[in-house]
Amino acid sequence: MMIPACRLVDLPRGEAHRLDIDPPVSVFHTEDGELFAIDDTCTHQDASLADGWLEGCEVECPLHASKFDLRTGAVDSPPAKLPVRTHEVVVEDGVIHVRLSAAAPNLPPCVAARLAGGSA
Amino acid sequence: MRTVAVVGASLAGLSAARSLRKQGYDGRLVVIGDELHRPYDRPPLSKEFLAGTLGEADLSLETDDEDLRAEWLLGTRATGLDRTERAVRLADGREVRADGIVIATGAAARTLPGSEGLAGVHTLRTLDDARALRDELARGGRLVVIGGGFIGAEVASTAYTLGLDATVVEAAPTPLAGPLGARMGGIVSALHVDHGVRLLCGVEVKRLSGDERSEMGVPPDGVRGRVDAVLLEDGRSIPADIVVVGVGARPCVEWLDGSGVDLDNGVKCGPDGRTSLAGVVAVGDCANWYDPRAGAHRRVEHWTGARERPDAAIATLLAGGAVEPGVPRPPYFWSDQYGVKIQFAGHAAAADSVTIEAGAADDRDVLAVYRRAGVPVAVLGMNQPRLFTRWRKQLAAASS
Repeated sequence: MMIPACRLVDLPRGEAHRLDIDPPVSVFHTEDGELFAIDDTCTHQDASLADGWLEGCEVECPLHASKFDLRTGAVDSPPAKLPVRTHEVVVEDGVIHVRLSAAAPNLPPCVAARLAGGSA
Repeated sequence: MRTVAVVGASLAGLSAARSLRKQGYDGRLVVIGDELHRPYDRPPLSKEFLAGTLGEADLSLETDDEDLRAEWLLGTRATGLDRTERAVRLADGREVRADGIVIATGAAARTLPGSEGLAGVHTLRTLDDARALRDELARGGRLVVIGGGFIGAEVASTAYTLGLDATVVEAAPTPLAGPLGARMGGIVSALHVDHGVRLLCGVEVKRLSGDERSEMGVPPDGVRGRVDAVLLEDGRSIPADIVVVGVGARPCVEWLDGSGVDLDNGVKCGPDGRTSLAGVVAVGDCANWYDPRAGAHRRVEHWTGARERPDAAIATLLAGGAVEPGVPRPPYFWSDQYGVKIQFAGHAAAADSVTIEAGAADDRDVLAVYRRAGVPVAVLGMNQPRLFTRWRKQLAAASS
C-alpha cells in the first residue's frame, strides 16, 4: 500500500516526518539528502524514533539511546535487540510516498501487549 | 596482541568485547564476570522488571545470533592483577594471562552500616538484588526508601504503582541537587508528593530497628530477624516492612590494590580510558576518565558512558595508545518515575543559571536549560523527548 507522507520541500535535511498510522511510520531525510522510512516505534520501548537523534544513516532512540540503521533497520547499538521494519520510499511529483512493508513489525513488549489487549 | 581479558561482564564489558571484534581484533578473548548471569540490562531492574512487566529474558543484552567468539568465565571474581606476569587472578585460583586487559568491574551499592543480616533490608544493583526485592514488594507492606537519588526514586515510584505505602528519606535538603541542581531537583522530586509518597528531607537516618535480637548486635548465625522501623536522627521512627537503601555506589577496584594501576575514585584514566599501565584500559562505572571539557577527572556512572566509552578505550588498547581521542558527547542519563520520562545531559554543577524554556514546572513537562555565562552546559527534560534531543544535539555540537 502506498501512502502519501508530505511534500519533499516540507521535509528539510536532518528532519523526520511521522505518519500517524497504526503502527506509526516515519520518513527520515538525511543530511546527505537520502530518504528512508522505518517503523517509528523503537523496538525496545515505546518511543518515537522521529524524535530521535539522526546522524548519517543512523537514528538514535530519544530515550534509551538504541541505534538503528535506516537502510536496513538493523540494531547498531543496544538496549534494542530486534530490528525496526523498513519501508520503501517513492517520490512522485514532489510528494514523498511510503510503500508499506508486508512484514510483521517488531513492536516493543508494552505496545504489543496494548495492541493485543485492544483487539481482544 | 594474542589474548585480551575483559574483567567485568556487564554493559561496559560486553561493549568492550563487541568493540574489540568490530575493530578487527581476531585473537583470544576472555570475559570474566563475578555474577553467574550473561550480560543483562540494569536500568529496568528498578522499573519494569521490579514492577513485573518485563521478565529476565527481556533483560538480556545479547542478541540470539550474536557470537563474539569469547570464553566466558562467569561466577568468578577477579582478585588481583599481576603486572609482571600480565595475569588476572581469579577467586577460584585460576589465572588468565593476557596482553591486553580491559577493567570493567563496575560499582557496588553502598550499604548502611549496621544493617547487615537484617531481613527486609535491600540494596538494588544486580539481577539477584532485583529478584529478591521484587518478591518482597509483591507481598506488599510499608516501604521506606533511604536516599532520594535516582535508584531510590525509581523504587518508590515502582512501589507506588504496585500499591505499597512508601516513604522516601533524604539526608540533603533537596533530593537530586547534585545531578540536577537544587531548583530542578526540587521540581523532579515533587513527583513523590504528587503521588502521595511521603518525602522527608534534610534528616539523617540514625539506624534501623528490627526485632529484639537486633538490639544486641549480629548474633553468631548472622540472622537478626526482620526490620520494623527506620529511626531518624530527629527522633522520629518510621514503621517499615521493607527498606531499600539507595545511597550510591562505590567503584569495585579493591582487586587492583598493589597492581600498579593508579587508583583515585576508581581507576584513574586518561581521556581515552588508558590507565597508568600500558596495555590496560578501564571503562564503565569503575573508571574515572579525564574529561577535557571539564578539565578534571570524572567518574560517570551512566548507562550511556558504559555503552559508548569502550569504543574509544578499545581503539586506544589496539593502537598501543597511538590514537588521538575524540571529544566525547556530554554525559546523558534518563530516569522514569511515576510515568514521567526524565532526561538529563551535560553537567549541572557547571551552570550559573537555569531557565525553563518550554512546558511548566507545575505540569511536570519541563524543558530546562542550564547555562554558564550564557552558554548552555546542560539540559533537563521531563516528558519532552523531542525538544530534549534537539538540545542534547546542540550541547554536543557546541562542545566538539
